[in-house]
Amino acid sequence: MNRSLRPLLATAAIFVLAYLLAIAQFPAMASTRVLGNFLTDNAFLGIAAVGMTFVILSGGIDLSVGAVIGFTTVLIAVLVMWVGLHPLAAFAIALAVAALFGAGMGAAIYYLRVPSFIVTLAGMFLARGAASVLSPDSIGIKHSFYTTVSKSYLLMPGGGRLSVVGIMMLLVFLAGIVIAHRTRFGSYVYALGGSETSAALMGVPVARTTVLIYTLSSTLAGLAGVVFSLYTSAGYSLNALGVELDAIAAVVIGGTLLTGGYGLVAGTFIGVMLQGLVQTYIVFDGTLSSWWTKIVIGALLFMFILLQRLLHSAAPRRRKILWTA
Amino acid sequence: MTAEAAGALLEARGIVKIFGQHRALDDVSFALRAGEVHALLGENGAGKSTLIKILTGAYRPDGGEVRLQGAPVSFRDPLHAQSHGIGTVYQEVNLLPNRSVAENLFLGHQPTRWGLIRRKEIEAHARQVLATYGLEIDVREELSSFSVAIQQIVAIARAVELSGKVLVLDEPTASLDRNEVERLFEVIRTLKARGLGIIFITHFLDQVFALADRVTILRNGRKIATERLAEVSTTDVVRMMLGKDVAFDHHLTGLAETTHGAPCVGFAGLGRKGSVAPFTLEVHEGEVVGVAGLLGSGRTEMARLMFGIDPADSGQITIDGKSVTIRNPAQAVAAGFGFCPEDRKLDGIFGELSVRENIIIALQAKLGWFRALNRDDQIDLAGRYAEALDIRAANHDMPVKLLSGGNQQKVILARWLAIDPSFLILDEPTRGIDVGAHAEIVRTINRLREEGLGLFVISSELDEVVAYSNRVVVMRDRQMVAELTGADVAPDRIVQAIAGTSLAEVTP
Repeated sequence: MNRSLRPLLATAAIFVLAYLLAIAQFPAMASTRVLGNFLTDNAFLGIAAVGMTFVILSGGIDLSVGAVIGFTTVLIAVLVMWVGLHPLAAFAIALAVAALFGAGMGAAIYYLRVPSFIVTLAGMFLARGAASVLSPDSIGIKHSFYTTVSKSYLLMPGGGRLSVVGIMMLLVFLAGIVIAHRTRFGSYVYALGGSETSAALMGVPVARTTVLIYTLSSTLAGLAGVVFSLYTSAGYSLNALGVELDAIAAVVIGGTLLTGGYGLVAGTFIGVMLQGLVQTYIVFDGTLSSWWTKIVIGALLFMFILLQRLLHSAAPRRRKILWTA
Repeated sequence: MTAEAAGALLEARGIVKIFGQHRALDDVSFALRAGEVHALLGENGAGKSTLIKILTGAYRPDGGEVRLQGAPVSFRDPLHAQSHGIGTVYQEVNLLPNRSVAENLFLGHQPTRWGLIRRKEIEAHARQVLATYGLEIDVREELSSFSVAIQQIVAIARAVELSGKVLVLDEPTASLDRNEVERLFEVIRTLKARGLGIIFITHFLDQVFALADRVTILRNGRKIATERLAEVSTTDVVRMMLGKDVAFDHHLTGLAETTHGAPCVGFAGLGRKGSVAPFTLEVHEGEVVGVAGLLGSGRTEMARLMFGIDPADSGQITIDGKSVTIRNPAQAVAAGFGFCPEDRKLDGIFGELSVRENIIIALQAKLGWFRALNRDDQIDLAGRYAEALDIRAANHDMPVKLLSGGNQQKVILARWLAIDPSFLILDEPTRGIDVGAHAEIVRTINRLREEGLGLFVISSELDEVVAYSNRVVVMRDRQMVAELTGADVAPDRIVQAIAGTSLAEVTP
């Protein structure tokens, strides 16, 4: 069996088991209403985590994601409320800025040979600082477009509401799956994660691929910022603090190897859903501090890293030679 | 050019490559024909890999030219060479262990429709291609789930698919077992029959004779000869690889008669599974034991075993008749051993540290944390050994990496002499050093012997081995196969022992 599938199956099994246990305690959690909220509440995290999946698959890390989300919400708020642009125009500008930002980080990582950890850490400070310079205070967004979007939803059987941002997240995951597994760019991402030296010798355009990976991650962080803005109707420089770490956790819990090369975008979806499940459970319980979410996620993360070591560090089983001659 | 070069598929003419002051290749010419397997032989540092890197575009030559089918070419990089028909397969399989076999075959060349990869088509094509190599495997499986032999064939298949004129195989058999090697040879013979020109690099002589049509031998950056294998013997080939001019060096053999002192170190049945077969050897005070053998014959492994870098799993070591345990280099140093490794830059010098620091470091390590050498002692010590060994450095505070190879080697020697050793292991002490400085290292070795040290010196330079050795042990296939003494310490006898001919005469 494909080695990428094993950790994914483990995550899926744990998710199903945890969901069944939660339903046994709180039968209401089985409704599509809860599911709808699940998708809405985690939309920005899910979208950012798709970008993070590509980065980690290639063997890198992107610490700037949360800061880019925060910056984007402020930029959109400024453009809509102070400049007076239509939100759609503001979204386009914000996405373009985020894309350029990511391209710059990717170029620095490749051409200056600086580890992605350092470059994106600098990017994180830069984006967070720029957001504060734009506006240190929270800016509320009042616009008819925001009202319309937040009132729009698809009704699911059972009365659950699939919001616009929830749909956006699902579409981003679908696109991510297609890009990762069905395009040359996707195969290059895995190639870089497998071995950059081999990839270069095999003709992978390493420079272009690296720049594109970080461009993709930042653009999706920008899109997550758009979703966050729609979700909270406000722009604030301290929005989405630490979301990059939640995204990394979702990716790793979803079965992607932190050292790159192995993993599936679909796994990240389950990773995000598992985090959402823990949050929802704690809300249902009502007596637990919300910090328990972090503790459970931490424990899960630790467990999955152990699991990955067991699954991956074991010497690969070598097949016997099957010669036809 | 000669008639031989006229029909050449790939040809190098008068190639020169200089690194710093070192001439890695000096006026080397080489011609590969279509439909032949051409072996490239030479010891480490002979220039094999430099020549290959020039032919495949990884390096640019400083002189001479490369011609492909008669037309001069200049490759930007290996990919450029590949697009012109020259594919390379390296010893370490340079594919992606985490991707499927099919993807490894066609990465970067996958057919797409509307930007989406046509996976079924790729898999079918991959199965078809591998079938021509007699390989029927599930091409959707990860590459790392297959044996190295299969990965090697996938790498060859990729190189042939994407290039198709010249195939360069760099040590392809190093990690394969006998059966796998035979399978690989079948694949290579099939490709040869298809008209590819194949350059085959290995250090296994029997494989060269089994597979190749012609052989080109390099030594110290120069081409020694290109021969048809049907017309030469193993002994001829070994002689060309190792000896300078065998007849000429006879006058250097007077040394073997010299007397030496009491035994200083004994190795009884020392060995390690998969590394070196058990060997028994005694080294006396004031004696140099030379070690000869081809690359990969177990020479370096023997030294590593003695110095405790790889712990032995059989046998014992005695010093002055008393048994000692050496399971790591620190214990070896405590026992009075010193070791100058083969790859000076990687395992020997601390390039950024000064000459003085490099000299005192082993002594300081032996003294431990709490007995720091004070600065005056350091300066005194460094000065003394620099003078004794004639280390030429502007001052002893300059980084050692700025010194020439010969002086760096002497700094490492000084480091070990500073701990006052009784037994010194030198692995290829003249490798990568200007030919002019070789004689000086040889003189130093001779002087250390006269001072009563026991030395164990590994070298591929037969004339040098003969110049300083009282005895020579010969390694082949990770075994000590001969011990030559007295008049037998002569280049032609060593060559015979390495080649495995007239063994009856030389085996003790």
